[in-house]
Amino acid sequence: MSVPQGMEFFIDPSRCIGCQACYHACAECDTHPGESMIHLEYVDRETSPQTVPVVCMHCEDPACARVCPADAIKKTPDGIVQSALQSRCIGCSNCVLACPFGVPRYVARIDQMMKCDMCYDRTSAGMKPMCASVCPSGALAYGRRDEVLELRRERPADVFLFGPQAVRTRVQLMVPAGSPEVEMDVAAFMARGR
Amino acid sequence: MADTPAWKADFPIDWHDDHVVTRREFTRSLAWTSCASFLATAALAAGTIGARGPRFPETRVAGAGELPVGGAKVFVYPNDEPCVLLRLDADVFVAFLQRCTHLGCPVSYEAGRQTLECPCHEGSFRADDGTVVAGPPSRPLPRVVLQRRGGELWAVGVRP
Repeated sequence: MSVPQGMEFFIDPSRCIGCQACYHACAECDTHPGESMIHLEYVDRETSPQTVPVVCMHCEDPACARVCPADAIKKTPDGIVQSALQSRCIGCSNCVLACPFGVPRYVARIDQMMKCDMCYDRTSAGMKPMCASVCPSGALAYGRRDEVLELRRERPADVFLFGPQAVRTRVQLMVPAGSPEVEMDVAAFMARGR
Repeated sequence: MADTPAWKADFPIDWHDDHVVTRREFTRSLAWTSCASFLATAALAAGTIGARGPRFPETRVAGAGELPVGGAKVFVYPNDEPCVLLRLDADVFVAFLQRCTHLGCPVSYEAGRQTLECPCHEGSFRADDGTVVAGPPSRPLPRVVLQRRGGELWAVGVRP
């Protein structure tokens, strides 16, 4: 069982209305009941109510798996970076510190790392991830690229620059249509924001 | 692969390159191993049930009148194994492998005590059925099956 080819995940933070439907839908999943794998972050809470849903970007070369000393994080052939293998994870939080997107979370109650695996139990069976199935504004969308792009002005980006390092992801971030480059220079963007 | 650093090769992040054994796979392997053992045992059992034991040659041992009552005669059977034939009574003949079941010394017949005695460690067997009377042996002497054909005694098998 694997995620069907051509099915992609799109995040469009400009559409996020902060309703937390994704957050609660994630926590309803039976594989991790009560524990949400999605983070709803405020961009700049002091000045704006704008929120951003953060799900795992499923990097081509995942930093979380590279730094894991227990060899607990694995990537399946369909490009999904799985959550930590329960029997191997030692709860060291290396992945939590290494992830450039801040996705993995250490859950002290079970002494394990837990992270979004794009609802592998659902997507590998041909269903949408929980969050994408409940998002009312389309900030989280799951489907075929041509179907999604037909309805949107934005363009998908999947390369993120952290200083000199480029991280390519499976999950697509929708950027404004007029953006000259598709790559996102995250470090420069953060420096400009200060 | 040559330019892949050793630490990346040793700790692959791709699911299939790693030897992850899931609980389901482990359980499946247990089930298959169990089935295979069952089938192998069943095959062995099926082969054993129909098969006959080892075939023994039929050898003439002695004439019935050759031995006096209380006498003994050593012969070889089935493959150069030394055996001993005893005449316990006028009509009672028995034969055993002569090798003591303790450490293999040859036993000898003691007509007065009706036993077969081993000189090495004083093992003692009953002369009529070969069971252990005393000493270190833990198993009885294997018995040679005798058949009477007219006036002759023939060895036709060995019963452990």
